[in-house]
Amino acid sequence: MSSSSVELRDIHVSFGTLEVLRGVSLAVEQGTTTCVIGPSGSGKSTLLRVANRLQEPDSGEILLAGEKVTHADPDSLRQRVGMVFQHFNLFPHRTVLDNIVLPLRNVRKLAKDEAVDIARERLAEVGLADKAPYRPAALSGGQQQRVAIARALAMDPEVMLFDEATSALDPELVKGVLELMAGLAERGLTLVVVTHEMGFARRVADKVAFMDRGVIVEEGTPGAIFDDARSPRLVQFLSQVL
Amino acid sequence: MDQFLDTFLNWEYIWQVFPDLLKTGLLNTLILAGVSAVIGTVLGMILAVMGLSAKRWLRWPARIYTDIFRGLPAILTILVIGQGLGTVARDVVGTNPYPLGILALSLIAAAYIGEIFRAGIQSVEKGQLEASRALGMSYRSAMVLVVIPQGVRRVLPALVNQFISLVKDSSLVYFLGLLASQRELFRIGQDLAANTGNLSPLVAAGFVYLVITVPLTHLVNYIDKRLRVGKKVSPDEELDLVASGKVQS
Repeated sequence: MSSSSVELRDIHVSFGTLEVLRGVSLAVEQGTTTCVIGPSGSGKSTLLRVANRLQEPDSGEILLAGEKVTHADPDSLRQRVGMVFQHFNLFPHRTVLDNIVLPLRNVRKLAKDEAVDIARERLAEVGLADKAPYRPAALSGGQQQRVAIARALAMDPEVMLFDEATSALDPELVKGVLELMAGLAERGLTLVVVTHEMGFARRVADKVAFMDRGVIVEEGTPGAIFDDARSPRLVQFLSQVL
Repeated sequence: MDQFLDTFLNWEYIWQVFPDLLKTGLLNTLILAGVSAVIGTVLGMILAVMGLSAKRWLRWPARIYTDIFRGLPAILTILVIGQGLGTVARDVVGTNPYPLGILALSLIAAAYIGEIFRAGIQSVEKGQLEASRALGMSYRSAMVLVVIPQGVRRVLPALVNQFISLVKDSSLVYFLGLLASQRELFRIGQDLAANTGNLSPLVAAGFVYLVITVPLTHLVNYIDKRLRVGKKVSPDEELDLVASGKVQS
């Protein structure tokens, strides 16, 4: 039995003539945190979106808990894979509480009382219990992103995907969201994090994958990637961002 | 000046036409416009969703329908449907011009309202659909619960404008020939104007139209302003928040 939570095998994605992913394979062990780093346009976000099939791959296999889900029903796959977006994507016409209750009721078919209980619990976990009756627009960016994380967690996913979750935040709000994510990693959740926060990757990741031009150029422990980079492209990238 | 007043504001004729305007005309105008608005809104939503579909066999019929009904003069559509269907499909639809007039108005309104809804739904950020789908919601659930409510809210002013047009366009069923009890505002004003050779009854009918349409116009402005300013929390919540010092009013 495999202990890998998510596994991508030889994924290819093209947009027209542009090859965004050119044969990418990545295995994420259960209970670990994998950070994907790399320059803009390297295909990091696309790779993440393939994992829950928001982007269907042209070829390659997607495995979840060892089982091939490349052609399975995408809705049931996505219930098992939570995703947090750069721009939060909370539902602006519903209150913070309703943002979490809605998918619980619609997707997991929970009764209203149960859904509300879970939603309040998850909001409390991210420190925003008192924001339940607000509309998202009344919250700061950092608070909105924490609500988005609570919304994804409420679905009890086997793995959480973070797509540049702090890139749209004001600098002073980044830390709170990163702390929350680090806390999830510590609790043993399986995380795949596309990020520009090298400090976070070094501190929290079990594995770091460096992507450039549609391929994973190098992957390894944070130590191996940040202190012992081998490929010239990674050395160059690190010299620019560190 | 006297002649001007007598032609447009002859109180005797206005007094004479007003009971009919209010009892028969107003009611029929509101029925014609109201029922068409409801049917047109339902059909318009169906057209909008079809027009946004990824499937060509759904998109094309919606496109063709919209092009035809938006491209024809309303009066032509009303006559063709009102008289044509009454003649050709008498057994199915009957020959009563009144429901046929409503049908024609509805079909025209659906084309415009469909475009309004489509624009609104399309203006909702793609991330909303993606976030819904990423949570495991089906396309249908995501559209119905997340995307469409936001899209509709954004085009409410345009929608009310369309209702105003419907109130005015309902006068066109006049050409179908209606029973005395089916006459709407314009027809009632027009009938007495023709009998008396005086325009005052039409002025009176115009006044009643304005009583309907001007408040609607202001409703548009009100909604528009509310949407522009943005409503972050409900008024009750806002009061609570202000009272508890969590936000500045």
